[in-house]
Amino acid sequence: MTAIVEEILAGEKRPTGAADLMLQVAEWAASAYARFGRAKVEEIARAAAETAHAHAGELAEAAVAETGFGVAEHKKIKNELTSRALFELYSREDFCSARIRPDLKMVELPRPAGVVFGLTPSTNPVCSVFYKILMALVTRNAIIISPHPMAKACSARAAKLMAEAAEKAGAPAGIIQVIEHPNLPLIEHVMKSPRVGVILATGGTPMVRAAYSSGNPAIGVGPGNAPVLVDESADLNEAAKRIVASKSFDNSILCTNESVVLAVESVADRLVQSMRSAGAHVAKPEEVAALRELLFGRGTFNVEVLGKSAVEIGAMIGLRLPPHTKIILAEIDRVGIDEPLSKEKLCPVLGFLRVPHAQAGINQAKALIRLSGAGHSAAIHSHHSATILAYGAAVKALRVVVNAPCSMGAAGYGTHLAPAFTIGTGYFGSSSVGENVGPQHLINWTRIAYNDDPSEAFGDFAGLDAWSGGPALALGLEAPISLGRLQEGAPKLGDPAPSNAAGGADELALMREEIRKMVLEELRGALAAGKKT
Amino acid sequence: MSDVKPQSPEKREFIAKSKTFWNPGKTQAWQDMGVDLVIDRREGYFIWDMDGRRLIDLHLNGGTYNIGHRHPELIEILNRGTQRFDMGNHHFPSQARTALAERLAEICGGDLHYTMYASGGAEAIDIALKTARHATQRRKIVSIVNAYHGHTGLAVAAGADRFKKIFLSDQPEDFVHVPFNDLTAMEDALKGNDVAALIMETIPATYGFPMPLPGYLKDVKKLCEHYGALYVADEVQTGLMRCGEMWGYQRYGIVPDMVVTGKGISGGMYPIACVVVREPYAGWLTQDGFAHMSTMGGAELGCLVAMKTLEILQRPPVKPMVNYISETFRNGLHEIMKLYPDFFVGIRQCGVVMGLEFDFPEGAKPVMRHLYENGVWAIFSTLDPRVLQFKPGVLMTADLCQEVLERVERSVGLAYAECMGRGRGKARAA
Repeated sequence: MTAIVEEILAGEKRPTGAADLMLQVAEWAASAYARFGRAKVEEIARAAAETAHAHAGELAEAAVAETGFGVAEHKKIKNELTSRALFELYSREDFCSARIRPDLKMVELPRPAGVVFGLTPSTNPVCSVFYKILMALVTRNAIIISPHPMAKACSARAAKLMAEAAEKAGAPAGIIQVIEHPNLPLIEHVMKSPRVGVILATGGTPMVRAAYSSGNPAIGVGPGNAPVLVDESADLNEAAKRIVASKSFDNSILCTNESVVLAVESVADRLVQSMRSAGAHVAKPEEVAALRELLFGRGTFNVEVLGKSAVEIGAMIGLRLPPHTKIILAEIDRVGIDEPLSKEKLCPVLGFLRVPHAQAGINQAKALIRLSGAGHSAAIHSHHSATILAYGAAVKALRVVVNAPCSMGAAGYGTHLAPAFTIGTGYFGSSSVGENVGPQHLINWTRIAYNDDPSEAFGDFAGLDAWSGGPALALGLEAPISLGRLQEGAPKLGDPAPSNAAGGADELALMREEIRKMVLEELRGALAAGKKT
Repeated sequence: MSDVKPQSPEKREFIAKSKTFWNPGKTQAWQDMGVDLVIDRREGYFIWDMDGRRLIDLHLNGGTYNIGHRHPELIEILNRGTQRFDMGNHHFPSQARTALAERLAEICGGDLHYTMYASGGAEAIDIALKTARHATQRRKIVSIVNAYHGHTGLAVAAGADRFKKIFLSDQPEDFVHVPFNDLTAMEDALKGNDVAALIMETIPATYGFPMPLPGYLKDVKKLCEHYGALYVADEVQTGLMRCGEMWGYQRYGIVPDMVVTGKGISGGMYPIACVVVREPYAGWLTQDGFAHMSTMGGAELGCLVAMKTLEILQRPPVKPMVNYISETFRNGLHEIMKLYPDFFVGIRQCGVVMGLEFDFPEGAKPVMRHLYENGVWAIFSTLDPRVLQFKPGVLMTADLCQEVLERVERSVGLAYAECMGRGRGKARAA
């Protein structure tokens, strides 16, 4: 093709046109999948989760190689947690079946959003893809993933592996799709599409705002900036270990990581000592200045340090840190706009501020979150219930992790919060959801509500299947061929979907033959009945 | 209920004018059939009558609007194209023609290699038949009874009497017709070793889409090979993903010697049709490249539009989408059949190529009219009017398919009452 022809053919509408087709097929897939029964849904989600789990390590390495962020070993853990473990957790709850509530004279039917548009970040690319796809699958939604451009290759591969596994297990064609070459105008186009049921936005604030202004329902979450208060009642050794482990996990790339330690003066020195033993390098004042310049010298957070290790960051300011160094502790004298190091830092540099007493710490925590991270996470290491309660009530965070690493704890690992990589920042953080986002957010419920008058009896719904009936489901697998009067039927609801695996063809042929016979009998019956009248 | 409004004075006046200046017979025939359609605005799979009524287009003018009317990407490419190109000069090597030929060679694969251009399907058929005659040095052409390949010289001669006798354009000495799905008749026609080409629509559209029996096309291809005739696949209505693959013949496991594509490849935006021929049979292109010419054949703007159409059809979501649409219609129509089993008796289907069979003389005509009155435009089969051609586009949405099914159910019910109601009454009286 000559350059001129190529140039003419490269119309501007091509990317959005291609995306519209993805949305259309997603809509088809969603409409079929919404009528699947729980057992089949579980089989499909399990297949996708197992495939994801099997590739956890490989994709962790691919993510680090592609983005340069984080620690492959830690990403592998996250990938494992967001695949098999997450599936096991989600499968405990039934998001597919009707709930019959005789006490309320009500039947509740789960209704999937339809097409979920999942934006995934560069910082936690693969595990976010896993997590969003699993949430969609267990709730009978179709999903289109739009990965962050910096992580598009590993994210697309993750999504495709799961798509293949899900379809092999009987999911409708196109249930999981991925935009392989995302860009801002394209994402905005998809966000605004009337075919999108809900947008699941994880990423930077502009993207989240765009999701909310799209006109479509959106679950978007804001940035974090977690304060961690350590008071005199804390077990300092444990607190130090937990904070260092949390801050160094995946090089601090989770938005739930601790940003600034607020240490009560009376225990501050001992805490610093314990943190040093746990692997923290305590920066000298001139090193703190250099870090401030490195991280925020250009006004905004320097993405070159994002997800880098403490040793690498040390090297950037001319420090040769011992290889076992896990984090860098930077002591600051205030929290606020005039101290950049009190902003969110997605790297293992941890602010450290001494406060005279717990109440002052609470006030500084409020100030920190006023700066950024509203509605997100906070942590406290204390054994004073009153202080813990006061902290929780004062700080505008919607999860307060107690005596645990915040990175994992706020994301639901090592606490009883729901495991999640999308942390609802609620009304404080301009989000529609205030809890850790889970499958429950991807469905609505139709409530069939009876007259509450005792004279009106509640119906008997036991054993009824809400999703059966109506024509057989189209699964997008193969265009039918039929010869005319010889009618073939499609697999009926509740029948196992034909597999694509070898040997499936015979089964399919047999099934078709069966159905054909049934239909012919039915037709003959109907004809006979017609003649009688 | 029917949503037909009385004709506006403007429309009445226009229809009279159409009879005066354009085609009185055709214009009147539609009025007689109860279809007073004058298409005005169009977009996607919708057309609007000049009186403002919206219809869902399931005729698509034989698949011309396969990807919808006025597809925005085609409009864009046509606009961009006109900034630099026009039809071009057919004598010379051309950037757009070569580019499309290269794409078609890639898509068809194997040694289906050269593309010859026409401005419409019938002209393309003529080129294919001429090419076969050159390659085999034989004259005879075999086609099926009630075939339809268009209206130019060789194409119309290969088709049904319906369209050639009136113009004294039949050529019985060179054009032999055999019944569809009859292998013995096919072999009889071919075994004289004097046939240049067998030409066949993979599924004969105008004949109401009778489906090839399992193995039929494969055996026909074998017979052609055995008796030295070329197999020309007329894919004008069955190609371009309509059967679930780019070409209908792929569903039947054959590779033809020539592929003819038209209608849909133009996107309905700029006329173009193509013949892709296997390298061994393209001899005249080397021997005397000037032997066939067409000023408007392969117009460069048409080539651009065709390339875009092909690119759209090759996007990954299209195949599952065609499957969804065709499965949904199969399953939904099947439910409707159950309601009227003695009237709506068959669904002939390969993907979105569909014929609905009604067990009543010319039964598709009342169905067509009731559909028309209920907001759906689908046309009966000229050569088998018991069969309604039901041709959904390959990019239809789930909602639109549901809407069509609702309207079909209502319309078939009305047609049933009209056709069978009287018959039943008589039976009861007897």
